[in-house]
Amino acid sequence: MPRVSLWFLRSSLVYLALGFTLGALLLWDKGLPLGPAVWVLRPLHVEVALVGWVLQLVMGTAYWIFPRFGMTAAQRGREDLAWLAFGLVNAGLWTVGLQGWVGFPAAVTTLGRGAEALAAVLMAVNIWARTRASGLSPM
Amino acid sequence: MPPVTRWHVKLSLLYLVVALGLGIVQAPDGSGGVLFAPYVHLLAVGWITQMIFGVAYWMFPRFSKERPRGSNELAIAACILLNLGLILRAVAEPLHARHATPPLGALLAISAVAQWLAGMAFVINTWPRVKER
Repeated sequence: MPRVSLWFLRSSLVYLALGFTLGALLLWDKGLPLGPAVWVLRPLHVEVALVGWVLQLVMGTAYWIFPRFGMTAAQRGREDLAWLAFGLVNAGLWTVGLQGWVGFPAAVTTLGRGAEALAAVLMAVNIWARTRASGLSPM
Repeated sequence: MPPVTRWHVKLSLLYLVVALGLGIVQAPDGSGGVLFAPYVHLLAVGWITQMIFGVAYWMFPRFSKERPRGSNELAIAACILLNLGLILRAVAEPLHARHATPPLGALLAISAVAQWLAGMAFVINTWPRVKER
């Protein structure tokens, strides 16, 4: 598994733990109220669960396991783009997720969404040519 | 494919069908009504997360030669707790939204704890299997 996938996957596990914790607090509050303040966590819960957990796990696994261009571990396309995608998706996640707490202006939230979208473009560019009928097994 | 993976994958397919069915019957004005939160979580937890739990347990790098997939008991516990929690939620949440009672509220709290424990069990079992070699 390449190092960038390791970072994607370990981050996704951290976000899974965080997302399930925030979700458990919100669900608990529906049954046994903790107070309205807990609902400020909802945007962060959604962002952490969908982008932090699911999207990062998919990105990391795809970069690791899709057919490679050749025999060496390095032949997975541009690893620098994968690292950039990792940075952008995490920056975007926190920018969007913290909007309820910090009260960012709308432009900052839009910038966060833009960072996530750019991360998706970079990952698509990297994976596109590796999406083919045959290839080498992952290492 | 190990048995716990088969349970996860088959259950995730069932949740997908149920969730999309729920999507048909929930409030047609698009507001979702009391079924919206169960609908979203049947998709996000029941389908996507559960599918990931199953496939990751099967396909991720080996933990060790003796225990290639880590703890089978922890994986089974995660499977049971995730599904117990999710089913409790899917049943209790709409009922509680229509007519809140302390027992239904307690069921939601139990559902929250069960799903949280499932998530932690998966993280603990999977973390050491995410490695470069």
